[in-house]
Amino acid sequence: MNEPLGNEMYTLHINGQDRPVRDAWVGESLLYVLRERLDLPGAKGACEQGECGSCTVLMDGDAVCSCLVMAATAVGSNIVTVEGLIEQNPTMAVTAQAITSQVTDVQQAFIEEGSVQCGFCTPGLIVAVHHLLDKNPDPTELEVKESISGNICRCTGYGRIFAAVEAVVQVRKANS
Amino acid sequence: MTVAIPLSIREALDALSNTPDARLIQGGTDMMVEINFNHLKPHNMIALRRVQELRTWTKNADNTLTIGSGVPYQEMETGELKQLVPALAEAARTVGSPQIRAAGTLGGNLGTCSPAGDGLPVLFALDAIVHLQSADASRKLSIHDFMVGVKRNARNANEIITGVTVPLLDGWQGYAKVGVRNAMVISVASACLAIDKPTRSVRIALGAVGPTIIRCRDAEVWLSEQIDISASTAIDAAVAKEFGRRVALESKPIDDHRSTAEYRRHAVGVLAQRLITRASSS
Ligand SMILES: Cc1cc2nc3c(=O)[nH]c(=O)nc-3n(C[C@H](O)[C@H](O)[C@H](O)COP(=O)(O)OP(=O)(O)OC[C@H]3O[C@@H](n4cnc5c(N)ncnc54)[C@H](O)[C@@H]3O)c2cc1C
Ligand code: FES
Ligand code: FES
Repeated sequence: MNEPLGNEMYTLHINGQDRPVRDAWVGESLLYVLRERLDLPGAKGACEQGECGSCTVLMDGDAVCSCLVMAATAVGSNIVTVEGLIEQNPTMAVTAQAITSQVTDVQQAFIEEGSVQCGFCTPGLIVAVHHLLDKNPDPTELEVKESISGNICRCTGYGRIFAAVEAVVQVRKANS
Repeated sequence: MTVAIPLSIREALDALSNTPDARLIQGGTDMMVEINFNHLKPHNMIALRRVQELRTWTKNADNTLTIGSGVPYQEMETGELKQLVPALAEAARTVGSPQIRAAGTLGGNLGTCSPAGDGLPVLFALDAIVHLQSADASRKLSIHDFMVGVKRNARNANEIITGVTVPLLDGWQGYAKVGVRNAMVISVASACLAIDKPTRSVRIALGAVGPTIIRCRDAEVWLSEQIDISASTAIDAAVAKEFGRRVALESKPIDDHRSTAEYRRHAVGVLAQRLITRASSS
């Protein structure tokens, strides 16, 4: 075991980079550290109690609520935020249009299917959908619903979101 | 404030000896809510998420299963653990959301010891043994002695919950819960039913209808007098209904912000009736 961390500094591994966190209270949530200390505002904070999923990130391959991770305990973990998805998926079957606009195939599908209204839930959903499709490339409707049951959207009624997931499934199938 | 990130149980216990006031954190799904809302400002923390020993489970020679306190719910929902303890898989699947189930653990459910904790009725129905370890001793406590009240348990401050041991029963088992919607819901009332044919036992444990989880001993005995579980689980509808009525009588619900005592008593009766009906048709 390393020496216990005090308030001076620790380093997180985020989107393939080592990111030092300085002069921070060690009780801060990963969500807070990402947004306020590391200039990664992609994950959104709405409830800070694990209910809404807008803060979803990948941690060691699991989709988790970053508001419920104490940032200092994530030392040594591999963290991917919505900002890092494009680098994490270099070989992904993204459309030519998606490559030029620097968005992933899931993000592109959300744009094309009109799955974004106010957009607050979108980053969390994008992470959750990538996580689902990376593990399960051809999910059933119920599997899609279950996999985003921790992501609340107050605008779209989810129909457009399901349409986007289906579009990505079809594009990935066609390209594989 | 400091955060220790031990890699073994031994290191975690050393850290706890060095900072006796430290709070343990596993998945963080209970603890971080308290910290985010300033209900808790811990001085020192010991994060158990990198202790691999706590994240494993083993089948023991005596037909029991030991599950580490750090195994996340998502691992209980599927695969071999689901085959071995179906009721635990069903309970795990009702917890929060995929994000919560990726992080949350039985250790945390036991640490918090909420009467609405979904893992606990399963542990009560199975007469689970809780393993506690301190720097110089380890002990095993029956779950019935471990949970002592609403969010109160028998763990000493210098102890880590390392895991639970449950028997592998031969018979139907399942879990059912009532809440205001399907996903992301704290239980308003819940029940776990487990049958063991060789010992002719029926166990039913209720969540969120009393200060601790409740085992309905009278209803259990009554049911085992009505049918010979070792021979068949076919139960007629009138018996299932009466079982539900008797289970409801043994609940001790209260009114609170989530529901009323009256509704909860009704709901556990219905859950018990449904569970025994599912067992019967399986
Ligand atoms: C949005 C949301 C939805 C939820 N839904 C449900 C639900 O449907 N059903 C349900 O039952 N729960 C639910 N919960 C509560 C929580 O997820 C569970 O209680 C979970 O089991 C806690 O586990 P954890 O590892 O995250 O605990 P932590 O938050 O890490 O710890 C909880 C407590 O246990 C103690 N502790 C943890 N590990 C140990 C150990 N090894 N030894 C001793 N003490 C320990 C900690 O000190 C702390 O006091 C929900 C929580 C959230 C935020
Ligand atoms: S901000 Fe984390 S789940 Fe809502
Ligand atoms: S688009 Fe507004 S919450 Fe989903």
